[in-house]
Amino acid sequence: MVIKVLGSGCANCQRLEAVAREAVARLGIDAEVEKVTDFADIMSYGIMTTPALVVDEQVKLAGRVPSVDDVVKILSAAQP
Amino acid sequence: MDVFAPLQWLADWITFDLIGLTADSRLGSALAFFLYDVPKILILLSVIVFLVAIVRSFFPPEKTRKYLSHSREYVGNVLAALLGVVTPFCSCSAVPLFIGFVESGVPLGVTFSFLIASPMVNEVALILLFGMFGWEIAALYLVSGLTVAIVGGIVMGRLGLEDQIEDYVRQIRMGEAEVPTMTWPERLSYARGYVGDIVKKVWPYIVVGIAIGGFMHGYIPADALAHIAGPTNPFAVPVAVLMGIPLYSNAAGVIPLVSVLTEKGVAMGTVLAFMMAVTALSLPESIILRKVMKPKLIAIYAAVGFVTITATGYLFNWAIPALGR
Repeated sequence: MVIKVLGSGCANCQRLEAVAREAVARLGIDAEVEKVTDFADIMSYGIMTTPALVVDEQVKLAGRVPSVDDVVKILSAAQP
Repeated sequence: MDVFAPLQWLADWITFDLIGLTADSRLGSALAFFLYDVPKILILLSVIVFLVAIVRSFFPPEKTRKYLSHSREYVGNVLAALLGVVTPFCSCSAVPLFIGFVESGVPLGVTFSFLIASPMVNEVALILLFGMFGWEIAALYLVSGLTVAIVGGIVMGRLGLEDQIEDYVRQIRMGEAEVPTMTWPERLSYARGYVGDIVKKVWPYIVVGIAIGGFMHGYIPADALAHIAGPTNPFAVPVAVLMGIPLYSNAAGVIPLVSVLTEKGVAMGTVLAFMMAVTALSLPESIILRKVMKPKLIAIYAAVGFVTITATGYLFNWAIPALGR
C-alpha cells in the first residue's frame, strides 16, 4: 500500500503525516508513507485544499487533519 | 437573561471576595473584567466554531470551484464573495486554491473576490460582533465586508492583470479526482478538531487582547482616545488600516480589542476598518501568495484592499451616528 500526504509543508501537512504514520503503525501493515510537496503534483490529484491523504492513488480526504482513528478506518477499508 | 451570569458571579467572587479588591479600585475593575471576558469569549468561540465547522463541511472548495468556473463579472463576484464566507480554507491552502481557480477558468477578478471575502467575513467574526455589539453592527460588517470583496474583485478584474500570474501556474493541469463526501461521524470529528485548532491558535491573542482590554478598562478613562481617534479625526481610518496590515491575527483575536477601543472613544468605523485590515491584508499571506503572483499583483491587491477598507471605515463612521448608535 502506498500512502501519500499532499501538502506544501505547512504545519497541518506535517500533522497529517504523523497521523498517517501512527495509523500504519497501529494497524501493523506494510505501507509506505510518502510526502508530495510539488504544487503541480498536488494539483494533479484534483484537490484544492491541503493537506490531503491519497491511498493507492485514490484521494481519501482533503483540507483537514483527521484523527488517527479516522485514518485507521480509511486504511483498513482500502486494504485488499 | 444572560447565560454568562454565573461567569460574572465567579469573576466578581474571585476578585472581590477571594483576593479582596474593591469594585471601584482600578486593579479590581481590570481583573474582574479579565476573569469574566476570557472564559466568556473562549466558550462562545468554541460553540460557534463547532457549529460553523459542521456547516462548512458541506461546502468543500472543490464544489465552489465548479460553481465559479466561467462565471461572469458582477454575478461571479457576488457569488464568489458569498461562497468565500462559507468555504473553509487555511492560509496554507491559498496557493492550491488560487491555482485551482485559475486552472478551471474562474476569472481573476472573481478569484480575488473569493480571496478577500474568505478571511475577512468569517462567521466567527460575525457572531462575536453580534454577541458584543448587537445585530446591527454584525449586519453592517457582513454587508460591507461583502461589498469590499465584490468591489475589490471587480476592480482587480478590470485592471487586466492576467500577465501578473507566475507563468508555471498556467501549465498546471488539475486531475479530476472526486474527494469523497464526509459522513456524519467524520463531520463531527472534523468539527471537534477544528475547534481545537482555532482555540489553540487564537487563545494567546484573546488572553493578551483581553488583558490589554482589562488594563485599559481599569486605568484609562472612557473616551480618552476620542480626541485622537474619534469620528472627527479624518486621518484615523487610513492610519488604523495601515497599522493593521503588518499585523496578522484571526478575527476572533482582534474582537476583544475592538470592544475596548470603541469603549474608549475610537469611532466604530475606524475600529472595524482596523479589524478588516488585520484579517484580510497580511504580510504572511502575501509571502505565501508570492509563489503564484508577481510582486506587482500583490502590491495592487494590497492597494485595492487599502482603498476599499478605508472607504468602508469612513462609511461606518458616517452611518453609525446616523443609525443612532
